[in-house]
Amino acid sequence: MDSTLLKDGKMPGSVDYDDVQGLVRFGFKKLTEACYFLLRIKNAQAAREWLRSAPVTTAVEMKPAPRTALQIAFTRQGLERLLVPDDVIVQFSPEFISGMAGEENRSRRLGDTQANSPAGWRWGASGSVPHAVVILFAERGLLEGWKPSIKGEFWNAAFEEIACLPTSDLGGTEPFGFVDGISQPALDWGQTRKVSVNGDQLEYGNLVSLGEFLLGYSNEYGRYTDRPLLDSKARGSEELLPAADQPGKRDLGLNGTYLVMRQLQQDVRGFWQFLNKVSGSNPEARYRLAEAFVGRAYPDGAPLVPLSRTPIPGIGAKGDEAARRLEIQQNQFTYDSDAAGVRCPFGAHIRRANPRNTDIPGAPKGLFSHLIRLLGFGYKNVRDDLIASARFHRILRRGRGYGTKLSPEEALQNASPSDPERGLLFVAVNANIERQFEFVQNAWVMRTKFDGLTEEADPLLGNREAVRGCPFTSTFSLPQENGVRRRIMDMPQFITVRGGAYFFMPSMRALRYFCRIGG
Amino acid sequence: MTPQSNVMVTAPVKIGREAELRALLASMNEVSGRVNPANPLVPFEQFGQLHVARFVILQDQTLDDLHTAYGLPRADYPLELAFIADFDGTADDFRADLARRAADGLRRIFSCCEGFAPDGDLARWMKDHENPAATMYQNWRGRTVRQVREENALRLALEAHLQSDPASFAVKAPRQVHSALKDFVDAEVRSGRLTLTDPSPTPPGWWLRNLLHFVGVPLALLLLAPFMILYSPVYIYQLRRREKHDPEIAPPVDPDHEQKLSRLEDHDVTNQFTAMGSVKPGLLRRWTLVFLFWVLNWTTRHIYIRGHLSRVPTIHFARWVFVDQKRRLVFASNYDGSLESYMDDFINKVGWGLNLVFSNGVGYPTSNWLILDGCKDEQRFKGFLRRHQLPTEVWYKAYPGLTAFDLKRNTLIRQGLGNSAMSDAELRQWIALF
Repeated sequence: MDSTLLKDGKMPGSVDYDDVQGLVRFGFKKLTEACYFLLRIKNAQAAREWLRSAPVTTAVEMKPAPRTALQIAFTRQGLERLLVPDDVIVQFSPEFISGMAGEENRSRRLGDTQANSPAGWRWGASGSVPHAVVILFAERGLLEGWKPSIKGEFWNAAFEEIACLPTSDLGGTEPFGFVDGISQPALDWGQTRKVSVNGDQLEYGNLVSLGEFLLGYSNEYGRYTDRPLLDSKARGSEELLPAADQPGKRDLGLNGTYLVMRQLQQDVRGFWQFLNKVSGSNPEARYRLAEAFVGRAYPDGAPLVPLSRTPIPGIGAKGDEAARRLEIQQNQFTYDSDAAGVRCPFGAHIRRANPRNTDIPGAPKGLFSHLIRLLGFGYKNVRDDLIASARFHRILRRGRGYGTKLSPEEALQNASPSDPERGLLFVAVNANIERQFEFVQNAWVMRTKFDGLTEEADPLLGNREAVRGCPFTSTFSLPQENGVRRRIMDMPQFITVRGGAYFFMPSMRALRYFCRIGG
Repeated sequence: MTPQSNVMVTAPVKIGREAELRALLASMNEVSGRVNPANPLVPFEQFGQLHVARFVILQDQTLDDLHTAYGLPRADYPLELAFIADFDGTADDFRADLARRAADGLRRIFSCCEGFAPDGDLARWMKDHENPAATMYQNWRGRTVRQVREENALRLALEAHLQSDPASFAVKAPRQVHSALKDFVDAEVRSGRLTLTDPSPTPPGWWLRNLLHFVGVPLALLLLAPFMILYSPVYIYQLRRREKHDPEIAPPVDPDHEQKLSRLEDHDVTNQFTAMGSVKPGLLRRWTLVFLFWVLNWTTRHIYIRGHLSRVPTIHFARWVFVDQKRRLVFASNYDGSLESYMDDFINKVGWGLNLVFSNGVGYPTSNWLILDGCKDEQRFKGFLRRHQLPTEVWYKAYPGLTAFDLKRNTLIRQGLGNSAMSDAELRQWIALF
C-alpha cells in the first residue's frame, strides 16, 4: 500500500466550512445557555427523519452571528442503531469502538477507578452508554423557548432522553473560580503548516496541523489519521467526498472528528476549605496556593511565568487588537524560563495538561549539538528530557460549567442541604483519542510520575488513589528558589467523574450518509 | 560493584500440555497481569537479587507473514516457553538459587516442555536451554535490588523528616539543609532504622574483561572499516532495492488481541513488553542485524549504563534475542508508563534507532536508508508493534511503584548526601531532587 504521506506539490483543498460542525471552529461563548441531550435511539427511522431536518450549525462564519446553535455526535452504539454497516464501524478508532468505559485497562489509564469508577457513573458505563448527544447552545433567555421547536414531530418517536445535562453561565470561569478555556491550540485551517517527518521541531508552537482536530487532513506526523473509508460502490457513499489520500475511496471521516465528553463534579467547597486550612486561614496565602495548583493567577488567568520575548506561532494571531493583546498576555510563554519549577510548579494543572515543550529540549544550535542530544547527552538538568513532545498531544476544549456560582469566600461556608452540585461538562475535540485526550489524561494529568515527580497526580483532577509500592499519592510539591520544596500533604479528591463517553462528530455529508443508509 | 546478569531459558512446549502450562502460569498471578510475588511455584520475592522476571509463551501470531509477503513456504515452529530474568550477580549463582528455592515449581512448569527430565539437574537443564541476548540493556550498571530498596527507604525517610518540621527547613540555606539531613541519616543508620550497604567488591577479572570488550569492539571496527567502506556502495544498492519493495504488514490491531494484551497492562507504574517476529529473508538483513546488535551491545555495555538508552529514560531492562538460527527475533523490555507513551517516546525520541533495528523485521512500515521514515508512519508502526506483541503470562518486578527515574533520583540523593564538597549550584540541584 502506498504511504499516506502528503506528496510534495499536492496541496489538499481548502476546508469546506459548510461541511464541518461549528464546534470545531467556534466555542459559541456568546451563546451562554446550553444543554446536552444524551439520547438513546428508540426508532432508527424516526431518528433519520429528525436528522434530515435538524438545524445543525456549521463552521461557516455568519454575520450576524447565530443566536442558537445545534451540534450532534454519536457513540459506536448509536452508529450501530443507525445501521451503519459493521465493515464501516470497524474502521473507526479502537478507543471509539470500545468506548470510554469499555475496558478496565482504559479505566486504569484514565484514572477512572475507585470514586471515579464507571460503576458509579450516572451515564456512559456499560448499559448506560448514550447513542447520541445533541448539544444546544442559545443566547440568554432563548433556550427553553427553542427546545420544542428543534424537537419537531419526530423527536419523541426517535429518541429516549437519558439525560438533559444543563450548564450555567459562570461568567467565563470554571466552578472553582478560575478563568477557563484560556489556552487553546490554533488550528491550521489554511493548511500552511509544514511538518518535517524525520526532523525535530525546535521551537514550541501553538499552531497545530488541522489533521489533529479534523479527520481527512494531514496531522502532526504528516499523515492522515485512520478513519472509515467506504468503497465507492457502497450504499450511500455517493453522499461522501473522495478520500484525499486514497482517491478510490469515499471518506466518511472527512470534516468529522471525535468528541470526548466527561461530566466532572467539582467539590468547590472542599477545594477552598482545604486551601484555607493549609494556608492557616490567610486569604492571600490561600489564593497563592490555589494559583500554584492551577498554574495561573486568580482570577484573571495570567501565567505564573514571565512572557516570552519572542512571539509564539499561533498565539496572538487572530481577532481584533484587544483580543490579540489579551492572548499574548495570557499565552505567550513556555516553561523554559522556569526549569526549576519555582514559579509554576511542575505539577500545576496547566503545566501537566500542556508542558509547552519542543521535540528536543534546549533548542540545540548546530548539527553537532543536535546529534549529541539525539544520542541522549548534553542535558544540564536531570529532568531535561522527561516529557514527550507536546505538539502530538493537544486537545481543543469546549467544556462548560454547571451549577450555581460560588465565590471562594462563600465556599468557605458549609453547605446547606439544598446546595446544588457543581462541575464541568468537559468536552474535548481531537482526531486521535488515544494519542491526544487519553495520552494527556494518562501520561500527564493522572500519572503520579509525571516530569520526575512522585506521590502526586494533578492537584485538581487527581483521584489520590494509592499506587502499589507508593504509600500515598496525595501530595503537591512547590519547588522553592533557594531551599527545600514545600509539600502539601493529604490532599483530598476535589473532582469526581460522574459520566463520560466517546462520540464521533460527523461532517454534514456524513450526517446525510447516515440518513441514507438503512432507511 | 555487582554487575547484573540475565538469563533467557527457552524450550518447546510438549504437544498436548499447553493448556496445563497456561493454567500453571496463570496460577502464579493474583489477577491477570499482577503476579503474586509469594506464589508457591516460583516465589519471586524470596530472590533478593532478582530485578524483573517473566514467563511468556512464544506464540508468534505473524508466522504466516513470510508466506504471504515473500511467498516462502509456511514455517512451522513448535510453541516455546521462555523464562526471562534480570538479576544481580552471575547466572550460575542465580540458577543454583532457583534450583534451591523453586525446584518443585520450576519442575512442574518445565515438565510441560520437551526434553525435561524431572529427576535431572534443574540448573544444568536451564543452562543448556539458554538463549543469549544479542543486545542487552540495563538502566544502571551495578545498581542492585538491595541498593534500590535501601535508597528508596532512604528517600522516604528523608521526605518524612523534611515534612516533620517544614517551617524550620523552609528557612534553612541549602548547605544547612544538607548537613541537617546528613546528621539525620547518620543517626538513623547508627540506630539501625536505615541501612546503606556499601557496594560489594567487583568479581575478580570483571574489569579486565570489560576493558577488553570496551577496546576490542572499536578495534575490530577499525580493522573492518576498509572492507566496510569498500563494500558500502554494494550494500547501499542492495539495501535500497529491498527497502523499495519490502512489503508492509501493519493492519489495524485485532480487537481481541488488543484486549488480551491490555488486560495485562497498567497494573504498576512499569509495564512489560514482549514481542516476536521474523527477520526479513536473505543474508543481507540477517547480517545487518548481527552487526547492529554487536555494535549496540557495545553501547549498552559501556555508554548507556547510567539511566538512559539514548533519549529514552524509561526502560529498566531490555533485550533482543535471536531464535531459530537468527531467523526470528524476540524483544523483551520493562518500561515505565503506558504502552501508548512508550511507543510515542520511541517514535519521537529514538525513531532512527527503532528503524535501524526493526526495519529488518518482516512487515515493518517502509523505512529509508535504514533510519528514516519507518516508525514515523505512526499508526502503521503502532499497529505493527501491537500485532507482534505477545501476552506476557507472568511478570514480576521487585520494586512496584518505582520508575527508572525514581531509582535514579534516589541514587543521586544518596550520592549527594555523602558528598560534602558540593558547590552551591550543585547543592541547589541536589535539594531540588526532593
